[in-house]
Order: sequence, then C-alpha cells, then structure tokens
Amino acid sequence: MGKITLNGVRKAFGATDVIPGLDLTIENGEFVVFVGPSGCGKSTLLRLIAGLEDTSGGTIAIDDVDATDLPPAKRGLAMVFQSYALYPHMSVRKNIHFPLKMAGMDPAEAARRVESAAKVLNLTSYLDRKPGQLSGGQRQRVAIGRAIVREPKAFLFDEPLSNLDAALRVNMRQEITELHQSLKTTMIYVTHDQVEAMTMADKIVVLNAGSIEQVGSPLTLYNSPANTFVAGFIGSPKMNLIDGAEAAKHGATTIGVRPEHLDIVPSGGWKGIVGLSEHLGSDTYLKIVTDTVGTVNLRAGGEVMLRPGDKVHVAPQPGKIHRFGPDGKTLA
Amino acid sequence: MTRSVTTRRKTINTAIAWSIGFVIFFPILWTILTSFKTEADAIAFPPKFLFFDWTLENYSVVQDRSNYIRFLWNSIIIAGGSTILGIIIAVPAAWSMAFVPSKWTKDILMWMLSTKMLPAVGVLYPMYLIFIKLGWLDTRIGLVVILMLINLPIIVWMLYTYFKEIPSEILEAARMDGASLKSEILYVLTPMAIPGIASTILLNIILAWNECFWTLNLTAAKAAPLSAFIASYSSPEGLFFAKLSAASTMAIAPILILGWFSQKQLVRGLTFGAVK
Repeated sequence: MGKITLNGVRKAFGATDVIPGLDLTIENGEFVVFVGPSGCGKSTLLRLIAGLEDTSGGTIAIDDVDATDLPPAKRGLAMVFQSYALYPHMSVRKNIHFPLKMAGMDPAEAARRVESAAKVLNLTSYLDRKPGQLSGGQRQRVAIGRAIVREPKAFLFDEPLSNLDAALRVNMRQEITELHQSLKTTMIYVTHDQVEAMTMADKIVVLNAGSIEQVGSPLTLYNSPANTFVAGFIGSPKMNLIDGAEAAKHGATTIGVRPEHLDIVPSGGWKGIVGLSEHLGSDTYLKIVTDTVGTVNLRAGGEVMLRPGDKVHVAPQPGKIHRFGPDGKTLA
Repeated sequence: MTRSVTTRRKTINTAIAWSIGFVIFFPILWTILTSFKTEADAIAFPPKFLFFDWTLENYSVVQDRSNYIRFLWNSIIIAGGSTILGIIIAVPAAWSMAFVPSKWTKDILMWMLSTKMLPAVGVLYPMYLIFIKLGWLDTRIGLVVILMLINLPIIVWMLYTYFKEIPSEILEAARMDGASLKSEILYVLTPMAIPGIASTILLNIILAWNECFWTLNLTAAKAAPLSAFIASYSSPEGLFFAKLSAASTMAIAPILILGWFSQKQLVRGLTFGAVK
C-alpha cells in the first residue's frame, strides 16, 4: 500500500512561506509527477513527504496513518536523489544491501533480494565495483536498485534524470515507467521537464510559488488547462497567449492558442512576417511577427519551407482557442 | 593554445624546487651532522661539512646524563593524549557546525580561530595560577589538557572543512534507507571522513610534539617532554653544541619518522577540498 495524503501542509523558511498551505491526495499505485519552474517548491514538497524537512503546519498521512512527525527512516519510503547520493566507499552490492542491513533482514534473504534487484536493473556484472567506477546511467540504476530492494510503500524521485545526457535520459525515462508498470508501487516524481511529466505521469501536479495550480492527467492538463500558468507551462513550444482586442472578440481577457493549433492560410486570419524558422525535420517551428496579435509561435509540418521575411497569414483552428478571464482562470 | 614546458625549463624548475627544499631542510641536516661531531669540530671555523671525525660519543653522553626514554614517554602521552581528547571533543562539534549550522556558526568558528592569534604569554600568568590551584603543575594531565585546548581550534576547523565536503544528500540517503543517527555516523559519515580525521590526528600529534612554550613553562622534571629535554642542554656553563644537537636529533627523530611515513596522507589531508 502507498496512499499519501497531505492536509494543509505548510512550509516556511524563516519569514518566507515556501509552501503556503496545500492539500493533495496520492492514491496507491499512482505515478504522480510534481512539475513547475525552479523555486516553485516541488523539491521542498517531496522532502516534506520524505521527512527530510519538518513541516511548519498541516499533516502528512501515509496509508491513513499520521506520519507528520515520523523520522524519514520510519516512513517506509525510498528516495532517488538528483546526485544519486550513492555511498562512495561501498561497492554496488553493499550500496543496494544497505537498506536491508538497516532493516536487520536475514543475510541470505537480503543477498537474494540484492541479486534479483541487480538482475532487473542489469547491474549483475557491476556488483563488486565502487560507484566511482560507474557511468552516470549505471549510478542512477544503482540508486534505483537501492530504492527497490526494500519494497517501500512509495518511491520518491527528485529530478533523477537531470544529470544524464539526452539519449540516456529517454532510455531511463522508459525504464522507470516500465518499472512502475511491473511494481505497481506509488511513485512521486519531481521534475522541471514537462516532457518527462507528460510521458510518465498518471497524474500531474503543476506547482507555482508553493501552490497547486492544477492536478490532472497529462491530457487533461494539455486539453483543458485551468489557467494561463498551466496553459503556458504544459506544452512545447509554449502556448501563444494573446491579450487585447483579439481576445475581446472571443469575450475573454486573454486567449490561448497552441502552436500546433495555428495554421498557415492563403488569406484572412492574422497577417504577419516570418521572423525565425527552425527546421527539425519532422516539424518546423516558426516565429511569426503579426500586425494584430504580436509575435506568435507556430508549429508546422516538416515540409513547410518558409524563410525569415516571408509574408504569411495564420489562423487558429476552430474550437482550439482557450479563453481566460481577468484573473487568468479559464472561462467556461 | 597549450602552454608548452620545455625540458630545459623543467630542469631549471626542478633545480629551484630542490634548492628551496634544501634551504628549508638545512638546519635539521646541520643539527644531525653536528650531533656526530666532537665539541671542537662543532664550533670549528670554517665549519666542517662532511669531513670530520664521526663519533657517537655525544649520544652516549646524553643518554648517561638524562633519561631519554622517560622524556620520550612523556612526549608520547602528552601528544597522543591531547590529540585523542581533542578529537573526541571536536568531532561532534564539527559535525553539528557542518550539518546543522546556525546563523552564528561562522562567528563561532572565527572566534575560536581568533584565540590562536593571542600571544600565549599573555595568558601564562592566569594559567599558571589555575594550574597551581588545580595541582596540575608538572603533571601529564595538565599538559594534555592545555595542549588539547590550544590545538582544539585547529582540530575543529580542519574537521569542519572535511565534513563540509561530504554531500548532505548522502547522509539524507542513509536516513531514507532507514539508518538511525548512530548507524548514519558509523556506516556512512565516519568511513567517508576517515582520510580527514586521520590527517587531523597526524597534524595535531606533530603540533603537540613540537610545542615548547607551555611544556617548558609548566613542567619541571616529572612531566617534562622532549622539548624540555632539548632545552636542558642549554646550560649556564656554556653551550655544548654537539650534545645539544644529539639531544635535538633524538627528540625530533620519532616525529620525523612518523611524518615521513605519513607524508602522503598529510599532503592529501591539507590540500583536501582545494581542488574540486
């Protein structure tokens, strides 16, 4: 089991409220991603759940048992750190074995579990090496191995892939997702990378300045963002947010159109000039300076061969316009 | 552009480094050489460098006149005792400063170091009175305590620097892995800090061994360590350079040997954290 309930959780460092008060329920077996810009409090929130930071108010319950004042060792959670945080003086085997040793597990059973974790993570041939002799990806696997052996109630990941290169990151991302599918244990994953959030999560929690902006499945967040912050944060390239007269035409203070929902049309729409074009092969990203709505980003197919200075007309696809009110919230 | 170092330049640099090293080592070398000379050769002018009548007479005279082993034993107890006591006090102090710092931690560290800037003689008189009151004059325990106190700031500073190098995430990982504070210190912190603790111990033994001011002023006969043993050869009847040199050589030999065998550890310890 691994249900985690946060009730009015608050965290202040000195006079600064990092998390002003937050409620959240994470169901057993869910893969939840905390996403948000740097300094939004996502790592702090994870550390509060882990018990590495003390709360300034509110309660944290694990499986409906109050864990607010429990030390990290007693919460039954496992954590994978951004820096891997392996014990440099211990071999891979001893690193993975350490939590079992702390739990006082029978040595034969512990050895069996270490072997099977190593097998799952392809670490069998590295068991007698020290962490310093491993590559970044292998170290990350050891950190995951150390987390899975004790069969925790939930896994906490603190930006675990940000020290890896791009290709390895994609691989590890898939491995972690597969691990979740086979273990079916609750996972809480912190990242600032919205691609990781979109691809891995059952449920995304978008945080901004210590508060939850929206909770929902990746596609809910993409299709129906609750406000301009979520609209701008989820999706790449960013959603175009347009104020002024054009928005007023739709009865809103701000309208939002995703770059992939803007089309190049022969006439009508918004007239403009191509400012920048990025050809990615499969896609083309265009920055278009329009006369009426300022600069907009547009995502077109790879075959579009427009160059800076070309005159174009762009128009949003019907039914793909998001409307926001004066407070930034989505209008019904 | 790469900076090319020519062979000629390398040779010159090496020669300069060796010259500087030789200048630093020369007084010790001269002391050792003098200890093998007769008193007449020791004060001969121009000085005799290698071509003199080598003799071991000074050593036998020194051993006959004073009990070297007793001084040596006192030195070992005082240097070893003050180091052990210092480490026992400094390890928890440095842990808390490195891992649970408060807003005064930096100030406390500076204040501790500032005590090292005070001339020792400034507190000699009060210390002497305190020692009389406690009955610690000319006792080993008194010297162990005072040498521990004067070196404590350095021990705390050194350990603090080493502990700061240990990433706190690793300690947090241990906590997440179910380690109690005791297990965390025993299985994770201490093994990682061992190089630092070892070089702190070594440096402190050397400092305590060579300490002269307090050992000379607070001892007479019973607790006198090797520093007092050397000093006892500067007599009012005049200096006997060869015997003084023999006594000095005997006094510095143990620490020189210890330093020689642990130099790798010492250099590593003293430059720890200098390059990330």
